[in-house]
Amino acid sequence: MSHVRTRLLTLGLPAAGLLVLLACLPLLAIPLPGVLPGYTYEPGSLQLLALCFLTAALALSYHLLFGLAGLMSFGHALYFAAGIYGLAIVLDRTDVPLLPAAALVLVGGIALAFVVGAVSLRVAGISFAMVTLAFAQAGNVLVRRDQGDLTGGEEGLALATDGVPDALVGVVNTRHLYWLALAVLVAVHLVVLWIERSRAGHMAAAVRENEVRVRIIGGRPYLTKLVVFVLAASLATVVGMAYLLLQSGASPTTSTADFTLTLLVMVVLGGVGSRWGAVVGAVLYTLLDQRLGELAHSAAVAGLPAVLRVPLSEPMFLLGTCFVLVVLFLPGGLAGAAERLAARRGRVPGKVAA
Amino acid sequence: MSTLVLLLATGLGLGGLYFLVASGLSLIYGLMGVLNFAHGSFLTLGAFVGLAAGNAVGAGTWGGLLLGLAVGALTGAAAAAATELGLIRPLYQRHIEQVLVTVGLSLATVALFEGIWGPNPRPVTRTAWLGSTTEVLGARVPNTAFLNVLAAAAVLCGIVAFLRYTRYGLIIRAGVENRAMVTALGIDVRRAFTLVFAVGGAAAGLGGVLATQSLNYVSPHLGASLLIFAFIVTVIGGMGSLTGAAVASVVVAVLQQLANFYLDNTGDLIVVLLLALVLLVRPSGLMGRPA
Repeated sequence: MSHVRTRLLTLGLPAAGLLVLLACLPLLAIPLPGVLPGYTYEPGSLQLLALCFLTAALALSYHLLFGLAGLMSFGHALYFAAGIYGLAIVLDRTDVPLLPAAALVLVGGIALAFVVGAVSLRVAGISFAMVTLAFAQAGNVLVRRDQGDLTGGEEGLALATDGVPDALVGVVNTRHLYWLALAVLVAVHLVVLWIERSRAGHMAAAVRENEVRVRIIGGRPYLTKLVVFVLAASLATVVGMAYLLLQSGASPTTSTADFTLTLLVMVVLGGVGSRWGAVVGAVLYTLLDQRLGELAHSAAVAGLPAVLRVPLSEPMFLLGTCFVLVVLFLPGGLAGAAERLAARRGRVPGKVAA
Repeated sequence: MSTLVLLLATGLGLGGLYFLVASGLSLIYGLMGVLNFAHGSFLTLGAFVGLAAGNAVGAGTWGGLLLGLAVGALTGAAAAAATELGLIRPLYQRHIEQVLVTVGLSLATVALFEGIWGPNPRPVTRTAWLGSTTEVLGARVPNTAFLNVLAAAAVLCGIVAFLRYTRYGLIIRAGVENRAMVTALGIDVRRAFTLVFAVGGAAAGLGGVLATQSLNYVSPHLGASLLIFAFIVTVIGGMGSLTGAAVASVVVAVLQQLANFYLDNTGDLIVVLLLALVLLVRPSGLMGRPA
């Protein structure tokens, strides 16, 4: 009992404090120059922060697949896009209000994940990655082709606001969307935590480490992996629906293979296997992606010679290079680096060299 | 009838392009277990540099095209060899990290290409013959299809001959079969790794220049669009099997063309369904060894 209390004190309190601070941000006027476009209560800043939260929630769902079960999927964007486009289409085509529509889309997302997961989990490792990629690509093709005028093709689909509560519509209400995004992140984090500590989670970790051994002791690796796959995909669908409300529209870029690859980049940057790593990686990535874009158009870069200007004006080039460097030189990502730092500090001075 | 001939011919031409990309992917995976996401970038780089070299001699002339093909292949080979030496080798035997590095490289290079050559497709100048068609059994087949099939067949024969009749080919075949044993016999397999990457990169660079001739444009996203289908071809054919890749390239491309024409533009979806079907029936692919 007492160790639970200590754990709560050492981990729970700072996390709760951070949560309260984040929840109060829309009511405060804190300037964060270089990170946010303005004061924290301004819609632009809240929008960016909410985007960070949702990306972090999505990265957490990918962490469940890649970090916990060791399944490298290149098609996770499919379920995210299923949430976005599913809800957008249901709201656009029917008079169903937001919550029932969301429930409907979630069921659809789970069914989709079940079918695709059941097929692609017949192969493992690299082949699994490629097969998930192929399915996601099929989804991307469907979205871009705009069969039956459903998805709006390359231009995407605007959110039909008839079924959505007024409190979630418009720039004035960005703070509500911010709170929604924060709630989604917290909820996804709790679900991921719960799955990790459940029997299924331990089983999935065991399958990641040694699948043959799990089979020998009587476990069923295929079923375990399928459960984790479907859970991760349903979380992605939920995040997708919140994303639709935040961006008030669906864009085909969220269904591309490159989008899944950026998720992979976030999780690896933060540190594979670490929940906080996935969150930090996603937030850092989103902020860098936005801010490096600003840098690209700044006067300082425009004045440079072409050899420097061209690479610096492409955020994706800088992020991709960072990613390669992290994989090569920083195994374990940011979380791994932080752990090593903490371990070094915790030790008695003089033992460091040993 | 003439429509069917046309679809089969264009399908074969497209299959040739797929094979040029998939052959390298399959060889690299077979020997090293590396899924190379940067393969599309080798193709794009080969296309841009090859075209630039061809244009320097003369845009739309045969000499320019031949030089472009040669330079494209060399560029692809050089880029691939550099990638293997600089990024893949330090992560020897850590397959996930190797894939991640190629993913990062592909993201970074596509962005770099966009920065250098602009994000939009650019038209290319072809020789007059390549821009026109030839009548075969009543169908007007674009001449690029013949060129693609010819190039793919030449690359297939070249790689097969290389694997069968040279010492390095022997080492590569043995390495695919059992790498630990080859290493135990005192042979440096790592040199074979670089070589396989270079051969795959050369085929991709060649495919890049050929793709610009067929599509009549060049863009930084040329590689990415072909790479996805090359992945599908590699899995359907069986990872690591060259003949499997060749057969699957033709099957996938012809099926795609037929479905696009007869089944309301559903070629891309049919191909993914075919992939799902193959995996359900034969998870190791058409010609892959059972895992």
